[in-house]
Amino acid sequence: MTPLDITGFAVLLLLALAAAAPLLRSVRTLQIPLAFSLSAVASLAAVVAGVMTVADGSVASATMSLGIPGLPFHLRLDPLAGFFLVVIGLMGLFVSIYSIGYVKGYGGQRSITHMICFYTLFLAGMLLVVLADDAYFFLVAWELMAAASYFLVMYEDERAENRRAAFLYLLIAHAGAIAILLAFGVMAGQSGQGGFDGYTFDAMRTAHLSSGWATAAFFLAFFGFAAKAGVIPLHVWLPEAHPVAPSNISALMSGVMLKTSIYGICRFVFDFIKVFPWWWGGVVLALGLISAVMGVLYALMQHDLKRLLAYHSVENIGIILIGLGLSMIFASFQLPTLAALALVAALYHTLNHAMFKGLLFMGAGAVLHATHERNMEEMGGLIHRLPWTAPLFLVGCVSISALPPFNGFVSEWLTFQAFLLSPALPHPILKLLIPLGAALLALTGALAAACFVKVFGVVFLGQWRGHQKPDHIHEVVWSMRSGMLLAAITCLLLGIFPTWVISWLDTIPEQLCGGRIAESAGRYGWMWLTPIAHQRASYSGPVVFIGILTVVAVTWLLLHVRATRVSRVPLWDCGFAKLTPRMQYTASSFSMPIRRVLGFLFAVREQVEIVPHTNHPAMPGSLQYRLRVRDRFWNWLYAPQGDAAYWLARQAGKLQHGHIQVYLLYSFITLIVLLVFLG
Amino acid sequence: MNLHPLAIELLQFVLLLALAPAFAGWVKVLKCRMQGRSAAGIMQPYRDIRRLFGKDVVLAENASWLFRFTPYLTFGVTTIVAGIIPLISVDLPLSATADVIALVMLFGIVRFFTALAGMDIGTAFGGMGSSREMTIASLAEPAMLMAIFTVSLASNSTSLTQMVTVMAHAEFVIRPSLAFALAAFIMIALAETGRVPVDNPATHLELTMIHEAMILEYSGRHLALIEWAGMMKLTLLFALGIASFCPWGISAGGDIGSLALALGILAVKLMVGALIMVLIETGLAKMRIFRLPEYLGSAFLLATLGMIAFFILE
Repeated sequence: MTPLDITGFAVLLLLALAAAAPLLRSVRTLQIPLAFSLSAVASLAAVVAGVMTVADGSVASATMSLGIPGLPFHLRLDPLAGFFLVVIGLMGLFVSIYSIGYVKGYGGQRSITHMICFYTLFLAGMLLVVLADDAYFFLVAWELMAAASYFLVMYEDERAENRRAAFLYLLIAHAGAIAILLAFGVMAGQSGQGGFDGYTFDAMRTAHLSSGWATAAFFLAFFGFAAKAGVIPLHVWLPEAHPVAPSNISALMSGVMLKTSIYGICRFVFDFIKVFPWWWGGVVLALGLISAVMGVLYALMQHDLKRLLAYHSVENIGIILIGLGLSMIFASFQLPTLAALALVAALYHTLNHAMFKGLLFMGAGAVLHATHERNMEEMGGLIHRLPWTAPLFLVGCVSISALPPFNGFVSEWLTFQAFLLSPALPHPILKLLIPLGAALLALTGALAAACFVKVFGVVFLGQWRGHQKPDHIHEVVWSMRSGMLLAAITCLLLGIFPTWVISWLDTIPEQLCGGRIAESAGRYGWMWLTPIAHQRASYSGPVVFIGILTVVAVTWLLLHVRATRVSRVPLWDCGFAKLTPRMQYTASSFSMPIRRVLGFLFAVREQVEIVPHTNHPAMPGSLQYRLRVRDRFWNWLYAPQGDAAYWLARQAGKLQHGHIQVYLLYSFITLIVLLVFLG
Repeated sequence: MNLHPLAIELLQFVLLLALAPAFAGWVKVLKCRMQGRSAAGIMQPYRDIRRLFGKDVVLAENASWLFRFTPYLTFGVTTIVAGIIPLISVDLPLSATADVIALVMLFGIVRFFTALAGMDIGTAFGGMGSSREMTIASLAEPAMLMAIFTVSLASNSTSLTQMVTVMAHAEFVIRPSLAFALAAFIMIALAETGRVPVDNPATHLELTMIHEAMILEYSGRHLALIEWAGMMKLTLLFALGIASFCPWGISAGGDIGSLALALGILAVKLMVGALIMVLIETGLAKMRIFRLPEYLGSAFLLATLGMIAFFILE
């Protein structure tokens, strides 16, 4: 079987599951395990196909005479598509296993059939997006993915905020889809081929665009994909929609769906347009930096666990765009090896982010499942009650904070290396400005670490802060644990064996920007990662991991030779004796210093209300503290647009009187006007 | 006679593990002298560590495994870093394990877990320390990397061995970019090691402590490991500064004579470095925490100026 056949099998299996979901309803006990384990099989098939394609660097294409006559679906599986198949498939596999247990929690409350149906359609849609080889099929798949995810965001639709979030998501997704459609239109119109032939990606690859049209096509496409990816300032839907979806869906949306736009940008820039001025890369880099820094700062201000994670997706998409932007800048100055390094950094981070963000959302789902709470201020001490989830979540936290030896570190380190190669550019201003971007990336990484100390510290450590007793909290079922465990292991492996991953990935930069780095990156064997040359920089994941492990083990053994007593005592309360869990640091107090230092970037409103004691008016009786941190972009960009839309609608509404005579008059005037034009 | 590179590596581990407390003691002695107090001698840190190792561990009732694991991890990561920074010879096999960027991130692991351990017990002090530590770190890290980038531009590399080799063999000229970067590095190193004006290692006053607040609940062997690792970190940051800015005298191979010479030169540099730090510490007062962004911001600015100076002047 060729990789394309295997992928076809995966897609068909998913579509069949979507169709069969209503039939499975009668076998209630089997429905969930069967549907989700089959989705896991389909995802695994996609991974296998993707791994094979990327490893061989093979390209396969097919044409299906489906859809409208004369407009067949074109499919193509090349290394770039194969890589994204792996991203989608791996997370699809882990999340499907996780879902077996997670979705069971909805049993009896909501329609499981809906969940299965849209879940499988969502996965199939994402697979088809990367397989599509013509504009028409691409948009069909794109819409399938968007619509299926819309219904999944709406899954818990009894709450008004969920409906509002889903609507906002649909709105921005479609604004983006229109831009993508227009970009395809520009490409097809300039490809020089008549009829529908211009809509195949092959025609777009060979199209010769004038620089003006190319710029128009690129920015339309970039706008469309950026809206889907949640690049600031198009990010507002993301922190609304991702938290309200069921957690398995959040994991897929944040971990995987956003990545389809990275795929789209890569496809457009490196595959279709190929030759472009450096400032395109500059724009992508600048937006990436803004998204990264602002994304993590907004995340720090949140106390809703899933919302916080959603803002971190904005940050990580920013980091991926930084790599892409650098790659575009290097490519435009004909530096293929450096472009390849930056592109590999971006793709590696794409894979890494999918893994750790998926893991974190699954962990958040487990916390939600156990506590029925999304507000971090009501949690605490869960490490004692969730002995599996806590360490697995910790792996996600360490990975996303870019700490060695986990995977987030490797890709950020590669991005740093790409930054430091900017003195090779022949442009004096760029030489000077680009390293400043590295400082922003460092700031992002450090703030992310601060944010995840807050998350893990407030949710899992300390004491329970909630008002109810935490007795009902218990560890989640095995399938949820194993989904998270697999993702955590992948995070570790991707961090320890980067040379293997890079040599596997190498066919992609070779095809897209004509440079390779695997040979230099793996010159000193699998233990040593040397992206350009060993004199330049090197990193060894295995040595760091095994080294730390060895020292820890030896120290532990040496200190436990002689038996010492470990006594457990009550908390030291400085003699105050009235210590309560409410006195612990909370999520808001943890981020207070940063809020104070960088608060000018947000719309922060703090209110402190002190009610005097009834008997002793000089003493404070109770104190109320209210804090609201809002996204400035909402007020700057979206609120005026919403207001303008309402105003327009009201003006248009004046035409509507509800009298049939008036409407007939409108029709009559329209006819006259049309006749005048025709005449 | 030549030493095998692995022997040099082993020697470096032993040197750092064994001599870091002496260095910390030396700093304390200098500080006492400078402030007109009588000192306990440079051997005092050894006695402290020995005493702590002999004591039983007292844990809070709700301390989790993470609290007990953190001291070992802190010690493990710091020990690994001790094998990476070239101290007396550039022929260091493990030096390729991590370049400067990775090194900064390795210190990041220690900070991450120490901050988590601070929040584990659930007292207000721990949370306060963690929150402040992470805030300062997130402002310090860009400046730290910027200073390091400026140095790495000169040698076109972030690999420590390469940076040291290039720097040690370069002709001695005053380079404005390095001067700026060094100033920034010193400011950040004071923040990283928790020294005045950022934090005061000697204080246990509730509202001013940062690092001490996080490790307040530790006792016995756990505290000993954390203290020891802290002393090593102090020495290592000095070593990093020496390796990046003034590595002259470091041995190129494993010749025993040149190694001994390099060790002597290193000791002198460390003693002088400690003197400079103590002068800064004694001369300045601790800053209010909300003045720190200005301090760290100026460090960042200095590092950026260094980078601009590199591109414009060199």
